[in-house]
Amino acid sequence: MNDMTPTREQRSAALEGMGCKRKRVEDIRFTQGKGNYVDDVKLPGMLHGDFVRSPHPHARVKKIDDSEALKVPGVLAVITAETLKTVNLAWMPTLAGDVQMVLADGKVLFQNQEVAFVVATDRYAADDGINKVIVEYEPLPPLVDPFKSMDPDAPVLREDLAGKTSGAHGPRKHHNHIFEWTVGDKELTDAAFNKADVKIKEMIAYHRTHPSPLETCQCVCSFDKIKGELTIYGTFQAPHVIRTVVALIAKLPEQKIHVIAPDIGGGFGNKVGAYPGYICAAVASIVTGKPVKWVEDRIENLTATSFARDYHMTTEIAATKDGKVTGLRVHVLADHGAFDACADPSKWPAGFFNIVTGSYDFPTAHLAVDGVYTNKAPGGVAYRCSFRVTEAAYCIERAMDILAQKLNMDPAELRLKNFIKPEQFPYHSALGWEYDSGDYHTAMRKMMETTGYAALRKEQAEKREAFKRGETREIMGLGISFFTEIVGAGPSKNCDILGIAMFDSCEIRMHPTGAGIARMGTKSQGQGHETTWAQIIATEIGIPADNIMVEEGNTDTAPYGLGTYGSRSTPVAGAAIAMAARKIKAKAQMIAAYKLEVHEDDLEFDIDGFRVKGLPEKFMSMKDICWAAYNSVPPGMEPGLEAVSYYDPPNMTYPFGAYLCVMDIDVDTGVYKVRRFYALDDCGTRINPMIIEGQVHGGLTEAFAIAMGQEIRYDETGNVVTGSFMDFFMPTAVETPHWETDFTVTPSPHHPIGAKGVGESPNVGGVPAFSNAVNDAFSFLGSTHIQMPHDFWRNWKAAKDLGAVV
Amino acid sequence: MIPGSFSYHRPASVADAVKLLSDLGEDARPLAGGHSLVPMMKLRLATPAHLVDLHGIAALKGIRRDGSNLVIGAMTTQHELLASGDVATTMPILHEAALLIADPQVRYRGTIGGNVANGDPGNDMPALMMTLGASYRLEGPGGTRDVAAADFYQGAYFTALEPGEILTSVSVPVPAAGHGYAYEKLKRKVGDYATAAAAVVLTMSGGKVATCSIGLTNVHETPLLAVDAAKAAIGTSLDAATLKKAAAAAEAIMAPAADARGPVEYRKHVGGIMVARALQRAAAVAK
Amino acid sequence: MAKTHVTMKVNGAEVEGLVEPRTLLVHFIRENLGMTGTHIGCETTHCGACTVDIDGMSVKSCTMFAVQAQGSDITTVEGMANADGTLSALQEGFRMMHGLQCGFCTPGMIVRAHRLLKENPAPSEQEIRMGISGNICRCTGYQNIVKAIQYASAKISGVEFREAAE
Repeated sequence: MNDMTPTREQRSAALEGMGCKRKRVEDIRFTQGKGNYVDDVKLPGMLHGDFVRSPHPHARVKKIDDSEALKVPGVLAVITAETLKTVNLAWMPTLAGDVQMVLADGKVLFQNQEVAFVVATDRYAADDGINKVIVEYEPLPPLVDPFKSMDPDAPVLREDLAGKTSGAHGPRKHHNHIFEWTVGDKELTDAAFNKADVKIKEMIAYHRTHPSPLETCQCVCSFDKIKGELTIYGTFQAPHVIRTVVALIAKLPEQKIHVIAPDIGGGFGNKVGAYPGYICAAVASIVTGKPVKWVEDRIENLTATSFARDYHMTTEIAATKDGKVTGLRVHVLADHGAFDACADPSKWPAGFFNIVTGSYDFPTAHLAVDGVYTNKAPGGVAYRCSFRVTEAAYCIERAMDILAQKLNMDPAELRLKNFIKPEQFPYHSALGWEYDSGDYHTAMRKMMETTGYAALRKEQAEKREAFKRGETREIMGLGISFFTEIVGAGPSKNCDILGIAMFDSCEIRMHPTGAGIARMGTKSQGQGHETTWAQIIATEIGIPADNIMVEEGNTDTAPYGLGTYGSRSTPVAGAAIAMAARKIKAKAQMIAAYKLEVHEDDLEFDIDGFRVKGLPEKFMSMKDICWAAYNSVPPGMEPGLEAVSYYDPPNMTYPFGAYLCVMDIDVDTGVYKVRRFYALDDCGTRINPMIIEGQVHGGLTEAFAIAMGQEIRYDETGNVVTGSFMDFFMPTAVETPHWETDFTVTPSPHHPIGAKGVGESPNVGGVPAFSNAVNDAFSFLGSTHIQMPHDFWRNWKAAKDLGAVV
Repeated sequence: MIPGSFSYHRPASVADAVKLLSDLGEDARPLAGGHSLVPMMKLRLATPAHLVDLHGIAALKGIRRDGSNLVIGAMTTQHELLASGDVATTMPILHEAALLIADPQVRYRGTIGGNVANGDPGNDMPALMMTLGASYRLEGPGGTRDVAAADFYQGAYFTALEPGEILTSVSVPVPAAGHGYAYEKLKRKVGDYATAAAAVVLTMSGGKVATCSIGLTNVHETPLLAVDAAKAAIGTSLDAATLKKAAAAAEAIMAPAADARGPVEYRKHVGGIMVARALQRAAAVAK
Repeated sequence: MAKTHVTMKVNGAEVEGLVEPRTLLVHFIRENLGMTGTHIGCETTHCGACTVDIDGMSVKSCTMFAVQAQGSDITTVEGMANADGTLSALQEGFRMMHGLQCGFCTPGMIVRAHRLLKENPAPSEQEIRMGISGNICRCTGYQNIVKAIQYASAKISGVEFREAAE
């Protein structure tokens, strides 16, 4: 060996594989303005569509007069429900088993509902057109409060469901009832409550908010009449699902539908579902024979496509007097708005809310969820969350703090006492999940030591005394959150969307020169898949990540996959990538054995090639094997080097983390300051620590926004009062706190590379940390629970209600 | 969100602008920085048939000293205000407040004339101008007149401007050397209007408030001068009881609307706190 | 509505076009000039995705009419790279410090940060945060954007960038 021979470390580093802070491939184009987002797509002759929307939350549509609109220069067509009925598309199925109006059919059920679609030569003419469509409404009483939705005299919202006593998820109790979903053993749980020394009960609400990615939902639909083919460019987190949905509802042959998701400007769950805009643009293209673009504006985005949360969770915990939990009982009133358009796996009307036992060893638990209709926008999407997991984590983390307060016990101590122990994994929860792995005590103690938790509690005690003496008007709160997520939907045994199992996929093709292309069924919206997926392949097969091109989003070329949401990409597609790479590697080993003239079993993989055991100089690099795959494979072997894997995960993964928020609140104004925020995440094996840290920063920022003010609020007459970035709290760099990140590593035992997923953890874990900090700050004044969002005026009101402000 | 159609005019002089506005009548609107008007047009809440862009009028730009006053051309941007040494040294409260308006991009385009003239109760400069005793020069078909800021605001988006008139400059008396000042603005985030804000300009003599003027932003359909609150402060050393009294006097004239920033009671309450805090901070910087 | 002829300089090149008076500058840049790096995020002047540099000012191009830019000198994200086509210090900083994720706010952020550093070549963290407060990012939580700008500031001044200790 001469001095030029790279060391093992150098060879390994040259791959930029797993564990490396690899700089992102995507950034080269994004930093130069060369991304290709949907609104950048411009096709010859392209038209533009825009919606006429309802000013009323609940009204009968008496008449739509488009005669003046059609006189506007550039306006070509006005599509209404009547038009859509001719192609049987006035209504569309939702992912949750309900149906939804595409355009108002007889009545409108929420403010800003789509009423008519104006198609024009450009967006200016389309906007002129919508202002000339005259719609005559007969207002009906609006139903805004979900707690009144099942009153006997509540207005009937869904006349289309008249007489239907059951829906997709079983019996309906009332004309505004959608479903009831129960999990767990009620008798055992009730028995635990009957015996309990200590009980707490609180209605914990998770307000309505919105994912609001910076790029709104948009599409370009182009129907080729000659070929009978429909091409759709869209902001789709799940392009294959969109293709199948379009095939099913538009009755088009699936091979003639081409769905392309180009670069996406953030998703956060907003871009999973199918929206009226997509249907209308497609129909408009079929009607006009021209490509049609639809681009949602921000007000439309906030008020019409896919809110998140609106869960009202009445939560009870039973415990012994020394703080051991014995039972959990939760009833959720779920406000779904006008249509049940949740983007959950089809059999899960409340998503995976039954992860609500959290990180704790509850011997008994029972959960019931009632879904109801109100005159609000449809949705219920997983905003940076795996299907209602953030609601569940908020519910249990808040409730544990309430229990600690009742027991006069430190909330950290209560958690440590009730954690599932490392030796209990795989752990079967009382609500039916099998937790794969965890070491909660280590994570919690690391958080407490790193932050100096005991000293912070001491400081808090001193400040409280000072407050009582009138020396300060500031109160201090410590918000702990120890969350367990459930992500990676999911195993075909319990997860499907419209009957399609929630596997994911990867296809890898290695080229002769030692480069390759990999395609997946996922779709990055900022997660950096082009960077990280190549890192998995690099480590698995020993080809530098720079030599692997990753491509997603084109349904014609990518293998079928269920897309990117619910932190499922790494747990499911990440596994598919590793499995496809291992198929490549297995074939490569046979080729290497043939070329090195040894038995396969005599070879060992060594970073970037195969080496003959005991003969270190006999080595064949993967690069050379790639070449050999195209000219000298063993007799009987097919040439080429490619593989496909469709991965059906055996279980979900269960990332967890320990967060601490230190907050100071001025009781006179309600103004808060996040003094410190520490986030320890355990997402199993870490593929790219730089990207993980970025995901945590972003998720915490969204959690901060949600907990501290980000709300879609309706007034009592059904008007949205927070419909723009002025009132919908979207923090800037000035308001956003500084984030400290940390980690432990507990690999998933069932995942090929041990990875669990991280994108949503900081949102799921962050919200309770902020809310617990606020609640902890006020607790010594006598409060047990203050509802989110904790914006300034509500903090002041809490202080006032507690007598701290006169 | 696309504005309706309009004709665009870019006069080169105030006289031309005035002529255009009076000839075109109610269908015409002057356009300054555009950060209030253009979003309204995009929502089609404003649909002027003519826009008279004032950016072509050189005479509307600039900051100059005129005796004991600083005269600021209406088309002077917030960014230019922030860059002005004259403003920073003679009336630092303007500098402080300009930094709290919207965000950097908006400040490059947003003008003092637009801010004070459109009558939006959320704008910061009007209360400041009242506090500083500024007057506005209005030029119209009937000639030129000066109106005190304190007399200019009549209701939300309703001012003393007559049809065809434009506000061409503001004239601000330079406060006494050694004066104390503070603009306390509570807002939810950068880019938000004030939940409540208070401007204080005072002088101290022998540890007591000698003169005092207090203005209030976004707690009423117009900006307010809190005369009684200022009276309560004068002659005192701003002890706790005085601050309370001044805050209460200010709250008594507030009539904010309930909105996403909070209910009426809260907005008044924090309005009082802004007054107390501004008084304290102003006294602390007074010499 | 009659169209108006406009001319301006964009990224160093003279351009012209016919626009309605109501044509927003951002649409002129994206649709007429085909430069799609400048994005539209909120349409209400809050998010800053549409920020371009006009005559030395950072401007939200969704709140200005194209006719108002007559004769002006505009730089968009497409004009940010070095003359030899390599990434500018800011573009490099965003990549090195992981200052972007979905990339949608990035053009506006970079154009804004460019002007910030021209006016204040060595800003403090607080000055950077204030300086980019007209730009919303939904992905990064801003922390790495701040670092990206610090990286560029250091690189432009020829000093080695060291991340502040946590």
